[in-house]
Amino acid sequence: MSDILAKLRGVSRIYQKGKEKVEVLHELDLEIPKGDFIAIMGPSGSGKTTLLNLLGGLDKPTAGTVNVGGAELSSMSNSQLSHWRSTNVGFIFQFYNLLPVLTALRNVELPLLLTDFSSKERVKRASIALDIVGLADRAKHYPRELSGGQEQRVAIARAIVSDPSLLLCDEPTGDLDRETADEILRLLQVLNREHGKTIVMVTHDAQAADYANRTLHCDKGTLEAREAA
Amino acid sequence: MKYFRLIWKNAWRKKIRTSLTVLSVFVAFLLFALLSALGFAFRGGVDVADAERLIVIDKISLINPLPMSYRNRIAATEGVESVTHASWFGGYYQDPRNQFGQFPVDPESYFDMYPEFNMPAEQFEAFKRNRTGAVVGREIADTYGWKVGDQIPIQATIWTRADGGRTWEFQLEGIFSTDDPRGSSALMLFQYDYFEEARAFGKGTVGWYILRVSKGADPVQVANAIDLQFANSPNETETSTEAAFAQSFTKQFGNIALIVTLILGAVFFTLLLVSGNTMSQSVRERISELAVLKTLGFSDPAVLGIVLSESILIMLMGGLLGLGLGWLLIQGLAQQMAAFLPGIFLSPAAMAGGVAMMIGAGILAGIFPALKAMRLSIIDALARA
Repeated sequence: MSDILAKLRGVSRIYQKGKEKVEVLHELDLEIPKGDFIAIMGPSGSGKTTLLNLLGGLDKPTAGTVNVGGAELSSMSNSQLSHWRSTNVGFIFQFYNLLPVLTALRNVELPLLLTDFSSKERVKRASIALDIVGLADRAKHYPRELSGGQEQRVAIARAIVSDPSLLLCDEPTGDLDRETADEILRLLQVLNREHGKTIVMVTHDAQAADYANRTLHCDKGTLEAREAA
Repeated sequence: MKYFRLIWKNAWRKKIRTSLTVLSVFVAFLLFALLSALGFAFRGGVDVADAERLIVIDKISLINPLPMSYRNRIAATEGVESVTHASWFGGYYQDPRNQFGQFPVDPESYFDMYPEFNMPAEQFEAFKRNRTGAVVGREIADTYGWKVGDQIPIQATIWTRADGGRTWEFQLEGIFSTDDPRGSSALMLFQYDYFEEARAFGKGTVGWYILRVSKGADPVQVANAIDLQFANSPNETETSTEAAFAQSFTKQFGNIALIVTLILGAVFFTLLLVSGNTMSQSVRERISELAVLKTLGFSDPAVLGIVLSESILIMLMGGLLGLGLGWLLIQGLAQQMAAFLPGIFLSPAAMAGGVAMMIGAGILAGIFPALKAMRLSIIDALARA
C-alpha cells in the first residue's frame, strides 16, 4: 500500500481573464505522504489557493493529473467530485464560513447530512467532533455568540466530523490574533499527530508555517521545498 | 426530511421579510378559498346534475308555463321512465329579503325523481296527507329556526290567491336533507293541488317538467321526441339535460368562472412577483454559504432542491393558513347564506387544487434563484466572500 496520499503530475492551471490567458500553475509535480503536515507559503497570486482547490476537487487542472487517495480527480465529473469531497476532504477557511442560522452543533452536523446516518448518530458524531476541538459546551451557541477562535474551532470540527484523511486549510489563522492563532495551530498539530490527518495549509504567516512538518514555497506557478526549522 | 432544519432556518433568516411574504401568500389563498366556494355555489347545480334527468321548459322562456295536459303525453313518450313537475312560486318569509326557492310539486313523483333528498318516512307520509303541508330543506329550517309542526306564512310576489290575499299559510310537515355535500336542500316544497286550487290565475299549468330517461334510452333522442311532439303548438318545448338547464340558469349571473379566474390570476401573478423577489434576495445574500455547502459535498441538484424547497415551504406556510381560515369562514358563510346562495362549499378538489397551486407557485417563484444557486462556481463565490 502506497504511503503517498496525493500525487500531482505535470499540473498546469490556466485561467482565461478576458482575452488574456493567465497561467497560475506551471507543470507542477508534488507528492504528499500520508500523515504529512505541509505549509504552503508565497506571495498573493502565486497559485497557493489554486493548488489547494485542485487538491480538494474544487477545480480541475488545465493539464496534468491530480490523484488523491487513489482517486483521479482530474477525470471526475462534478457530481462525482461532490460525493468525493463529502467523504475524503475537510476544508477550513480564513473566515470560518459557518452558517449563521445554525448552531455550532448543527453547523458541524452539515457534512453528515450527506450520509445515511440517523439523526441521533449525526448528533452524536457532531458532539464528539466539538469535544475534540474543546467546544462541547458551546454546541447550542450560534456563530454570532462565539469568538473568532471559537468559530474557527467549530469550522475545524465541521472539517473532521466525517473523518476525512485530508484537511485543506486556507489561511486558517489569517483572521485571528497571535494567541488564538497559536491555539488553532496547536489543534491542527494534534489532529495531524494524534489523529493521523494529512494537512495542507496555505498561509502568509511564517510562524504558522513553523507548526508544519515542512514548508513549500509557491512562486510563479512552481513549488520549492524549504524544510521547517 | 434531513434537510428540513436547514431549509426551515434559511426560510426564516429574515423574519420580517419572510413574515410579510407569508402574509401575502396567506391573503391570496384565503381569497382563493372564498372565491372557489362561491364559484362552486354558482355552478353547484351543474355539478350535481343527473345525466338521466331531463327538463322540459317552454321554448320561448322559462317563465312561460306549460299546460298540465302535457304530463301524460310526455309520460307516454318512448324512453321516458317517469315524469314530475314543479313551478316557481317566488314568495318570501316575513321580509322581502328572506327569499328562497319555493315550489309547488306533486310529492310522490317529485321525491321519486330526486332520491338524493332524504326525509323520515313518517314526515313524508304526513306531507302527502296534508293538503296545506310543506317540507323544507335542512338549510332553510336552520336559517329560520323552523321545526316540524310550525305554521309558516309565505308572502306571494306573483301568485295571489283566488280570494285576493297574498299570504299563503303552510304547516311544516317535514325537513329533508341531501347526502351529497355538493348539493343544496335550500328549498321549500308544497302540494301542487293546494296551489292549483287556491291561486287566482294560471290554472292548469306548471312551470316545467322533469323526467327520468329509461335505462338504455338515449337522452338526446328522448328530448328530440318530446320537442317534436309539441312543435307548432301554442306551447313549444325545449328539452335539455339537467346539467344544460343548470348551466343556462347560472349564466344569468354572468360568467362566474371567468370572473373568479381573472381575479385569482391577478392575485397569483402579484404573489409570484413578491415571493420571487424574496427568494432572489435570499439567495443573493448567501452566495458564500451556498458555496460552502457545495464545498462540503452538497451536489448541484441538492442545492437546487434546498432553495426550491425553501420557496415551496414559504408558499405552504401562508397557503395552508389561508386555506384553513378560508375553510372556517366558509362554514359560517354557508350557514348565513344558505337561503340566498345555497351550496357554498369548499370542495376537496378545490383544496387539493389549492395545495397543488402552492407547490406550483413555490416552484415558479424559486426556480430562477435555485438555478442560480445550483450553477454558482464555488471558487468564484468563495473568492468574492
